[in-house]
Amino acid sequence: MILAVSVVTDFFQAVLQGVPPGTVYALVAIGFVLTYKTSGVFNFAFGAQAFASMVLFHKAADEWGWGTVPAAILSVLIFAPLLGFLLEWAVFRHLRTAPPLSTLVVSLGLTVAIPSLVTILLDFSPKSGSSPHGVVPDGRTVRYDPFGVYPFSRDELVATIVAIVAVLGLAALFRFTPVGLMMKAVVESPRMTELNGISADRVSAGAWALSSFFAGLAGVLIAPRFTTFSANEYFNIMVIAIAAAAVGKLVSLPWAFGGGLGLGVVIALVSTFLPRWTDEFAWLKPVQENVLPSIPFVVLFGVIVFVPGLRKAIGSSDPLAGVDPPRQNVASVITSAGWMFLALKAVLLLGAVAVVYTQADRTWTLLVTQAVAMGIIFLSITIITGLAGQISLCQGAFAAIGAFAVYQLGEVRGMSVLVAVVIGGAIAAAVAAALSLTLRQLTGIWVAIATLAFAFFFDAVLVKQSWIGGDSLARSRIPRPVIGTIDFQDDSNFLLLAVIVLAVCALGVYLFSRGTTGRKLRALGGSEIAARSVGISPSRARVAAFALSGFLAAVGGGMLVIGQGSVNYGTSFVPFLALFWLIVVVTFGVRQPSGAIVAAAFFILFESVFLKGEIFGWILRGEDNIPSFFPLAPDWRYILFGLGTIQYARHPEGVLAMSAAKRRARSERRAADKVVVDSAAELGTPA
Amino acid sequence: MSAVLELDDVHAGYGPFRALFGVNLSVAPGEAVAVVGSNGVGKTTLARVASGLVRPTSGRVVVDGNDFTRARTFQFARAGVAHAPEGRSTFASLTVEENLELSIRRVRGNSGVRAGLDEAYEMFPALAERRQQLAGTLSGGQQRMLAMVRVLVDAPKLLVADELSLGLAPLIVEQVYEMLGRVRETGTALLVIEQHVSHALKLCDRVVLLDRGSVAWAGPASEAGEHVQSQLGVPAH
Ligand SMILES: Nc1ncnc2c1ncn2[C@@H]1O[C@H](COP(=O)(O)OP(=O)(O)O)[C@@H](O)[C@H]1O
Ligand SMILES: [Mg+2]
Repeated sequence: MILAVSVVTDFFQAVLQGVPPGTVYALVAIGFVLTYKTSGVFNFAFGAQAFASMVLFHKAADEWGWGTVPAAILSVLIFAPLLGFLLEWAVFRHLRTAPPLSTLVVSLGLTVAIPSLVTILLDFSPKSGSSPHGVVPDGRTVRYDPFGVYPFSRDELVATIVAIVAVLGLAALFRFTPVGLMMKAVVESPRMTELNGISADRVSAGAWALSSFFAGLAGVLIAPRFTTFSANEYFNIMVIAIAAAAVGKLVSLPWAFGGGLGLGVVIALVSTFLPRWTDEFAWLKPVQENVLPSIPFVVLFGVIVFVPGLRKAIGSSDPLAGVDPPRQNVASVITSAGWMFLALKAVLLLGAVAVVYTQADRTWTLLVTQAVAMGIIFLSITIITGLAGQISLCQGAFAAIGAFAVYQLGEVRGMSVLVAVVIGGAIAAAVAAALSLTLRQLTGIWVAIATLAFAFFFDAVLVKQSWIGGDSLARSRIPRPVIGTIDFQDDSNFLLLAVIVLAVCALGVYLFSRGTTGRKLRALGGSEIAARSVGISPSRARVAAFALSGFLAAVGGGMLVIGQGSVNYGTSFVPFLALFWLIVVVTFGVRQPSGAIVAAAFFILFESVFLKGEIFGWILRGEDNIPSFFPLAPDWRYILFGLGTIQYARHPEGVLAMSAAKRRARSERRAADKVVVDSAAELGTPA
Repeated sequence: MSAVLELDDVHAGYGPFRALFGVNLSVAPGEAVAVVGSNGVGKTTLARVASGLVRPTSGRVVVDGNDFTRARTFQFARAGVAHAPEGRSTFASLTVEENLELSIRRVRGNSGVRAGLDEAYEMFPALAERRQQLAGTLSGGQQRMLAMVRVLVDAPKLLVADELSLGLAPLIVEQVYEMLGRVRETGTALLVIEQHVSHALKLCDRVVLLDRGSVAWAGPASEAGEHVQSQLGVPAH
């Protein structure tokens, strides 16, 4: 009897305990749904926007010495909507009729660019040991305990009230007000809205201001939850919130609210009761510590895979899409680059390797080796995004599988590391194939979210298993291979080996994209609708692409850790970094292998060459001549590449192909000019 | 009195693709002009230029005496050019009533919405029964009606109607044209794009025959018969 009472009390307490974090998820989920409903953009940058307001709030309140109220007004009421206006005006206005995957990539770019940009512009560096505080006076310390089982802090109470007010207010906005109606109309078809005499630009600017305001509000309200000032925390919370938003198919505000709250409560219940069950059932024990961190991602993945009709829930298509010119056929740009150009590229690349091989010091040799290994990983993005038209956000997990395979087989079991690389590749290929089979019914955006869920699941749970990441997370010493008499302990030799592996992989990618499956994928251009309408099931080709991509990522990950001599999961493979990989590759050109290779070179060498200013050292001959404003903050690479994705959305073929196309256009123009000059000369008139 | 719409040597297209090559056309107030021509000659493009959806690469577009060449689509609508586009032209994700509200509110203000809705439902009782239904779930004919009603509450100066009869049962086509006739009587000028020419010729004063992006022939509807027949290979009546 006593036992039963305590169970009820505990249950009640757990539910109450789940409310505050649930409210946080709900707030972010509501904001996310709001952005999606009013702009049609699946906006990963929502967390970044929230972070930006939070940083400005702290800058104003703590460093400029403004009061809490003026600082909150500045950051939430003024800055946040302005940021929304800016994003709409500079970026999303031009993408209104772009395919959803392009806007998704751009929002990923902004996700990495905005936090760095804001931090640098505001010159914000949190005092060490300080943690974010909220807007509510004494928010953390004053507590209320209405039921006598769980005391709510004032912060939590305010956040809960705001979430409830927001969900009611926003629901009313969409149901009863003309503005809400116009926002919904613009999302479906900006052009038809304009045919009704309504300026789509004005409406969507307003929509972005509103959703950005909400991001700012959520940003300062949930700040007390975090112990550090980190954009990553906001991104992670947002991924959890996406799970809540997905419950309502991304469009229902009440469901997003309920989903967020439900998630918080379920997590609290599990963390209260699971330990008791494991006391009774020993076999549950190993599961226990992994269940909690995995809940949001399992829910997100589960919702995506099992909720029927999700696919249809995503946007009705614009009936006036026919007004846009067809997207340029990129394949033609690539093939017409010609073998001369390809040969030139190959010679340049080999030349660069030769110079590094013979001239470079150890640091540089290792850096270039890293770039080469990264190139192999990036080729996996060429396959999955460039060729299959899917966005995968779990390439980091695949690469990590390769790295861990090398660690487990090569270091722990003493197998040849090169064999371990191949086995790692095979494992990752199998995982990738299984993943894509699970997702075969889903289209673009959902694949991106599901792979993100997998990446976070891998990060939160699998990495920590002894048979996967194990002790390598603390310390590892990966041996270099020996083939016959060649000892790759020598860094230059290993560089050559890595280049050969890269060349083989690039050739493999090339052959795959020319083969039957590749041609099929290219013909589909990532369009499931096109695929189904011509009666091809896209799933088999897609599974093949996923498997190959997983293989490449793992091989690259394996080579990377062999080159470095250790596995550094935290600095090499975490989900947020993998998201940045995609952005870099996309900026340089996701459709051709050379894009991946140049992207890798930039990714690894950018910091040394540009941010540390060594390039000036080379030009000016001497380390002493590097201008004094170097080194630049490493954050600049996030800013540059993040903003580079905007470019991608307008020119999906990437920087490299663009310059190739420009070159061709220029030579054609020159040829045309020549004709004019010739005929002018014939007529005896000056041209 | 100036023309409601005037196209002056208009060239237009889509990115690198060209579709119109120097089209001249004018529609006087209250006049009904039919644009006919076979598939792909640029009729829809012409309609889109007339309502600002496609901006000409050269030439001029004049609405009611004002230069609208660089104007935005919504400004065309506000100047009194209504466009019923080809194919589906309702907001599938909005209810019937929301579809109507969207256009009524802009024209008549918040206070006129109720009266406008009543008027619309009176015109089409079928829509009244389905007012809370998502427009995407209506039949093709009903959607066309909805699009028309939306355009009509506006009492525009010019109605651009692109292939209204496409894919509709003959009986419904009759209804649509009957409606266009009524619209004419209210003083709205019409620019009717049609492949099925017989209805259009009956309704309109003048005919513009389009061929591969240029005007092949233009003249009174009464003289159009042989030209249309030689161009399209179908009898006009
Ligand atoms: N969005 C578009 N992008 C490129 N070309 C287009 C587009 N829409 C139409 N066209 C082309 O422009 C020409 C004229 O098309 P359209 O105006 O739709 O003709 P019609 O309405 O007379 O059938 C056609 O050759 C068509 O293929
Ligand atoms: Mg047409």
